[in-house]
Amino acid sequence: MPLQSLDIKARSATTTPSPQIRSTVEVAKLIDTSKCIGCKACQVACMQWNDVRDEIGTNHGVYDNPIDLTSASWTVMRFSEHENEEGNLEWLIRKDGCMHCADPGCLKACPSPGAIVQYSNGIVDFQEENCIGCGYCITGCPFNIPRISKKDNKAYKCTLCSDRVSVGQAPACAKACPTGAITFGAKEDMIDSAQDRIADLKERGFKDAGLYDPQGVGGTHVMYVLHHADRPELYHGLPKDPQISPLVGLWKGFAKPLAMVAMGAVAIGSLFHYVMKGPNEVSKETERELEREDQR
Amino acid sequence: MIRDPNDLPRYTASERVNHWIVGMCFILLSLSGLAFFHPAFFPLAALFGGGVWARILHPFVGVLMAIFFGMMAMRFWRLNLMTPDDREWLRRSREMMDGDDHNMPAQGKYNGGQKVLFWAMVLCVLVLFLTGLAMWREYISGALPIWLVRLSSVLHAMFASVLIALVTIHVYAAIWVKGTIRAMWYGTVTRPWAKQHHAAWYREMTGRRGS
Repeated sequence: MPLQSLDIKARSATTTPSPQIRSTVEVAKLIDTSKCIGCKACQVACMQWNDVRDEIGTNHGVYDNPIDLTSASWTVMRFSEHENEEGNLEWLIRKDGCMHCADPGCLKACPSPGAIVQYSNGIVDFQEENCIGCGYCITGCPFNIPRISKKDNKAYKCTLCSDRVSVGQAPACAKACPTGAITFGAKEDMIDSAQDRIADLKERGFKDAGLYDPQGVGGTHVMYVLHHADRPELYHGLPKDPQISPLVGLWKGFAKPLAMVAMGAVAIGSLFHYVMKGPNEVSKETERELEREDQR
Repeated sequence: MIRDPNDLPRYTASERVNHWIVGMCFILLSLSGLAFFHPAFFPLAALFGGGVWARILHPFVGVLMAIFFGMMAMRFWRLNLMTPDDREWLRRSREMMDGDDHNMPAQGKYNGGQKVLFWAMVLCVLVLFLTGLAMWREYISGALPIWLVRLSSVLHAMFASVLIALVTIHVYAAIWVKGTIRAMWYGTVTRPWAKQHHAAWYREMTGRRGS
């Protein structure tokens, strides 16, 4: 990868366009689940490069360790056992983490200006210094990725090593992967190399092999090669057709300006009612009537 | 404190304090809530010491308001039960708004419009309280299914907009009907005010003939 400037093309809670003129190559990380051996080198590399150390957890009796993403574990290997049609066991291992959606639900939901940004190369990044800790990114994410830290109440997730990418390096996980299951480059090139691999897998009997680049979120900048692309849910519940929930769309979409207009209309309507009809005063007649009654 | 002995007591001191606590909570909640509602309003968060403080404070103030609104609703719900006269009042409310209250039926302590507003507010605060709890990421949201948090987020924003509109109407009505706001400040209203706007209540309070 050549040096990449990190121009921001989308910014949370911002209603005017971000700079659009410079365009950079869209990048992508390609994770080939058929090459993954579950060694967790990627997890270690992620911790080391990003200087995050999670608390020592407990053994849950499965290989998944830690058992879930946390504010300090930005990627985890998900291990799923699957019995195929021939009755053989398949061990499906998927490196889980932020998918860097082209249409990010977290960014859409975030109420804090500039707490979530999307670079022109497609990376979605959290800017923790602007994060207010509300957790709306969790509500908005179709992949259940962001985590709020108990220490500082800020949201964290995979940055796709935006700092490395900006100086022409591949993300730490891709660098560390011993089998080449994680590769990184221009999204176009990654799709090409995925297609080669998929053709290869199909030849070897994985007739449903395919690329996971879900269009419901505009495509992603982390893509998977899956042996069973027809059933992504086999891979620890990877959603088949992820998209920003219609509820989130409604919450952050057209209902909002509508409600603003309605509230404004009530306020301005009230003002004009006063201006047009005048105050509702006690009639002099009633006052005099009472005075007469009192004198009696 | 010289007051006209003829004035009619409308609210006790404790009712007034209760109302003011709810009112202050509402102002704090709408300002901080609007900051999260739309980027145009985000600068309002500065009133609370920034976005993080607004996020921290909003739910606590929300719980406080729910408690005090609940107390107020307990005090007033009986007085807000609808009667046939209220329905008649509502049918004629257009005349009222036009500034002609000649044919309005005699109203008790509250008129039909106030009663509808009361019950609408009860509904709004109830929904806002429950959905607000579900959205409380620091303590609660993590234990709930994501669809519920999403649904709550939509409902919270929706009912908050409705409540803000209702309170705008509530405040405007008090400004429009002269002689009303003093009831909120020090609890009394004049007899002519009562006779004109709440004739049935006036009769009840004075034993005299209403209009």
